[in-house]
Amino acid sequence: MPTLLAASTSVAFPVLTALVVTPALGALLLLLLPANRPEYFKQVSFLIAVVTAAMTAWVMVEFDTAGAADFQFVDSVSWLDNLGISWTLGIDGISLWLVVLTGALFPIAILAIDAEHSPKAYYAWLLVLETGCMGVFLALDLFAFFVFFEIVLIPMYFLIGQWGHGARAYAATKFFIYTMFGSALMLVGILATAFLTAAETGDPVTFDLVTLANTQALSTTAARWIFLSFALAFAVKVPLFPVHTWLPDAHTNAPTAGSVILAGVMLKLGTYGFLRFGIYLFPEAAVYFAPMLVALGTIGIIYGAIAATMQRDLKRLVAYSSVAHLGFIVIGTFALNTEGLEGGLLQMVNHGVSTGALFLLVGWIYERRHTREISELGGLQKPAPIFAAVFMVVMLSSIGVPGLNGFVGEFLALIGSFAAYRWWAIVAATGVVIAALYLLWAYQRVFHGPAEGDNAEMADLTWREGAIMLPFLAAIFFMGLYPKPVIERMEPAVDALIAHVERHVDDFSEPTAEIAPAVELDDLHGEGSDAEHGEDTSHDEDTSHSEDAIHSEEGAQ
Amino acid sequence: MLDAVFLIPAFPLLGFVSILLFGRRLGEPKAGWVATLAMGGSFAASLVTFFGLLGEDMENRRFVQTLWEWVPAGDFSVDVGFLVDPLSITMTLFITGVGSLIHLYSIGYMHGDQNFSKFFLYLNLFAFSMLMLVLGDNMLLTFLGWEGVGACSYFLISFWFTDPANASAGKKAFVTNRIGDWGFMVAMFLTFTTIGSVRYIDIFGNAGTLTTGTATAITVLLLVGAAGKSAQFPLYLWLPDAMAGPTPVSALIHAATMVTSGIYLLTRVNPIIAESSSWAPELIAWVGAGTALFAATIAVAQNDIKKVLAYSTVSQLGYMFLAVGTGAYVAAIFHMITHAFFKALLFLGSGSVIHGMHHDQDMRNYGGLRALMPITSGTFIVGWLAIAGVPPFSGFWSKDEILAHAYEHNLALWLIGLVTAILTAFYMSRQVFMTFFGRYRYADVRPDEVALVWENRIQHVQVAATEATAAVETAETAVAQAGEKLEAAQAKFVQRETELAEVDPTDEKAVEKATKNLAKAQDGLASAGESIPELEAAVVAARNSAQEATIAVDAVRAEAEAADGSVDGLSDADLPEAVVERREFHPHESPWQMTVPLVVLAVAAIGAGAMNLPFTKDLHFLEHWLEPSLFHNETALSSGGGTLWVLAIVAVVGGALGIAAAVAIYLKGRVDPSRVERPILARGWRYDEAVSDFMGGPGRKGFSLVAWFDATIVDGLVNGSGRLVRSVGAEMRSLQSGLVRSYAALVAVGAVGLIAWFLMRTSL
Repeated sequence: MPTLLAASTSVAFPVLTALVVTPALGALLLLLLPANRPEYFKQVSFLIAVVTAAMTAWVMVEFDTAGAADFQFVDSVSWLDNLGISWTLGIDGISLWLVVLTGALFPIAILAIDAEHSPKAYYAWLLVLETGCMGVFLALDLFAFFVFFEIVLIPMYFLIGQWGHGARAYAATKFFIYTMFGSALMLVGILATAFLTAAETGDPVTFDLVTLANTQALSTTAARWIFLSFALAFAVKVPLFPVHTWLPDAHTNAPTAGSVILAGVMLKLGTYGFLRFGIYLFPEAAVYFAPMLVALGTIGIIYGAIAATMQRDLKRLVAYSSVAHLGFIVIGTFALNTEGLEGGLLQMVNHGVSTGALFLLVGWIYERRHTREISELGGLQKPAPIFAAVFMVVMLSSIGVPGLNGFVGEFLALIGSFAAYRWWAIVAATGVVIAALYLLWAYQRVFHGPAEGDNAEMADLTWREGAIMLPFLAAIFFMGLYPKPVIERMEPAVDALIAHVERHVDDFSEPTAEIAPAVELDDLHGEGSDAEHGEDTSHDEDTSHSEDAIHSEEGAQ
Repeated sequence: MLDAVFLIPAFPLLGFVSILLFGRRLGEPKAGWVATLAMGGSFAASLVTFFGLLGEDMENRRFVQTLWEWVPAGDFSVDVGFLVDPLSITMTLFITGVGSLIHLYSIGYMHGDQNFSKFFLYLNLFAFSMLMLVLGDNMLLTFLGWEGVGACSYFLISFWFTDPANASAGKKAFVTNRIGDWGFMVAMFLTFTTIGSVRYIDIFGNAGTLTTGTATAITVLLLVGAAGKSAQFPLYLWLPDAMAGPTPVSALIHAATMVTSGIYLLTRVNPIIAESSSWAPELIAWVGAGTALFAATIAVAQNDIKKVLAYSTVSQLGYMFLAVGTGAYVAAIFHMITHAFFKALLFLGSGSVIHGMHHDQDMRNYGGLRALMPITSGTFIVGWLAIAGVPPFSGFWSKDEILAHAYEHNLALWLIGLVTAILTAFYMSRQVFMTFFGRYRYADVRPDEVALVWENRIQHVQVAATEATAAVETAETAVAQAGEKLEAAQAKFVQRETELAEVDPTDEKAVEKATKNLAKAQDGLASAGESIPELEAAVVAARNSAQEATIAVDAVRAEAEAADGSVDGLSDADLPEAVVERREFHPHESPWQMTVPLVVLAVAAIGAGAMNLPFTKDLHFLEHWLEPSLFHNETALSSGGGTLWVLAIVAVVGGALGIAAAVAIYLKGRVDPSRVERPILARGWRYDEAVSDFMGGPGRKGFSLVAWFDATIVDGLVNGSGRLVRSVGAEMRSLQSGLVRSYAALVAVGAVGLIAWFLMRTSL
């Protein structure tokens, strides 16, 4: 169970504060740079992002797997004491990978695409955005969380509005109003949580997440209403059907780096919020509303996939595919069992990797061909075979082909939700069929067939682009083949969250599989036959060293 | 020795990685040799494991090698590990064995392709995935291989991707397979939530704890998955299209290995099938039998050499499903192995023919190739006899065993199987006769070419006729003009005469002039009249030639009709360039890399029946060997030797009937082929068309409707409410100027205001 008291991993250096503050300071530094050397803006901002990424890497390495259920590296400074608001940051197995993902994606987004104009402001906004995202994932104080949640909006609004394409003003305004609408209600919810809890317990007002979550002083009705106010804000961010329509516009019109961050990091603010603030703060309400959210998630999977199939703009297609992918996260999360929650968390990271990479690739196609209309592209595999191969791998990971990252999260989310909501999971699983349809169809129209006109001249992947893709590809294969290190760091926190729900909700227990006894090879030998067990010795040797058989291959030869 | 099992998939993986890194540098043919060697190594490792397993006592022939924990999430935990037992090793043996031969063959077949090394890259990756599929010690790892082979199949079908048809076929295969994969996935969910594990060992041990309903559901869901991968009705329709890939791919993936995965999977989970309600295996049997017959009828009317084999594969896979459904797992695996040999042989043989025939795949253009391609035709004939069920070739034994089980299970199933066997013998004989026997037809002028020549001719004379008709008109116009001229001259003459009469006779000069004028007019009159007979004659001549031209057109038309597509009445000079080229082309036997695999496979196709001969119990080697994997779920035949002999004789007679019919039609020409090759069969009972029409029609409309709904209704509501708010708050427009900064500023002001409010509240 996460408690601040148990969080004994105190370090001298306030690394989490540094994670939040460094990009913001970097943005300030950019503003001080002379305007006549535009190349410095990119270099400096990249450097800042790399330093931030290095710190997240350090956190990842130093993270105590065994204690992943507790908040680590906790940094708590009183802020507005008389209001019970504090600057409390902490990281556990649930937020760890999202922080690492954020740290990794920003330098890549900065490096991959140059600002089309006004580089100073562009890179400064990107860094402010990073501060906001880090803050959301690390904040353990409701008020601080809300502040960061809102901060994120502003840079993204400017990035879309000033560096975007097409109907960018429309898209930016829509994005802003939509999310503001959601978070306005959440603010009411946050205030209500703090003050109603204080009124119930008679303690001073506090916005401290852990304290509030463990107090659980709200009446059931109040908690359910407040949960809904949070849920609406998160549903818009995720986005869940039917409040998703800001996403295709925002994605399509945003600059490439904006799309990468939007898909890779910002969409997770909502799903992360559900976990950290929805389920943790209001376990009873979360259990109560889970069927509704699973239903909406399932609708999103099918609906997003179908809508994606019919898109004519490649970027819009990828945007709709996000609606489908995020649906898997939601159904996994609200399955409220280990498999589902871990699947959802994995899917958050995997979607960031795969869709981030897809947006970059689409952005590069746009840089070369100045169009994203699928009908105007065609046969690109001929002039650009390596580009096509990289696109193919990323696409297969997005389709969820096992062995690549996308599969593990999707599968766990589905198997978890199957244990809890069998029929919804069966319907949701059909999403994998449609995913293959829309992505392969798009690939066929863009890369297969004869290449004509400008398409025949398209340049292949450059070395720089290849180098940028390399970490994506490495993550795609690593997470697909050996997700264990990632899963085992999240598992204690996930289990603690489930235990928290079980403790505070009377008739709830984790929906799990009925586990039949594990079978050993010996149990099967001679089963049903007259064979004797006496001669099993030779076999026992085999099994006993089968564990490390890979190491004993020399002995075998 | 058993520890070497990880080497079986490791070799092709190593080959894949080497070609990925160095493929372009290796080029042709080295990349092919690397891939082939990798497969050879894998085959050797399979043999080592096989003998290792053989050295164990029967009850100890099961072994798990765990490499690493793959997905450990809560109660759900699977490893990357291999289950070594007779079933998996049987599969690896023929996958790597046939696979090595097909790799070798491909070196010859893909010669000169600009993506030579990429082809072998995919081929090795395929082999790796296939081996993971059969060796995986849990359903999830099998699923990894399952989707992996699907992806490789997709890459290889659309290998020549610049042709949109190939690209479409690849996508169709992947998406159709994904429908099956849905069934597989849900089956895994159900297995996990009831048994608590998807490891095969746990499934074997705990299948007995499943309720009948659950076991039935898992079986049916796995059948959906198997029907996708193994191309059974209603999901078979990707396989005929998959023939767009290079022929070695058709042999390896779409005949010998990948498409048998469904049968492997169902056999693997036989303890679950044993627990399910009896209608589930019954369903498997009927799906198999139905598909077998259905596909065989379509094969009868195909003219593409590979399409015949594709439908034949669908049909033969149906036999294997029939066997699984009747509990004859050994027969299913037996037929899977013999089929792998003879169908790979037939596909490679067809590839050799295609290779030797300028990539022409239409059997109507073959004929008489026996003499020109002796090794190809000889080995192909072996494959034909094997699939047609002629004893003692391998196909006879395995098919006979399936039919015997079907007979004991249900007479109707047996009858369907028998009719399918007759059809199989018929269409395969048709293929062999059209390809290797009869007259050499490749250099023939083809009906469409003849039609073209006649069309050109008719057009030619028609042009002449049109011209002649035009000439008549011209001549007639000339006559008319001459007549007008004559009339004008006459008028002139009359005028001059009048002038002369009216002139003052005293005026000598005037008289002289008028006289002169009259004389001139008279001359003009004479000359105007002169040309008319000539011109009239010309009109007659023109009319005659026009009539002749029209007659000529009719004559040529009649000639064309009389020729009726034959070359009668045409000289070589008339024929199109292509015909000349074909006449100069000489079909050739393929290089040794291609013929050696043919010979080896032919030997296997002859002798593979020895694996499981029916005569005495001691000869049931395969059955005995597979016993540990089948947990006594194999149905034993109860009929006595007499009945079995009768069944075998009936089957042989049926096969002979099929061959005889093909002889009568295609060798002797006693019956017109069009009486058998019905258009409805050629179009596959229009099932594919119906599905495409649905997908392109209502299906697409439905999808568009959702997209429209999203853009218009859902988004429209949002935008509409936005507009509403704006019109209500019209006075506040100065605040909502839409300017970039105002909203951001609003947030900041709001936040400050909130904090101020807090401060005031708490200080009170």
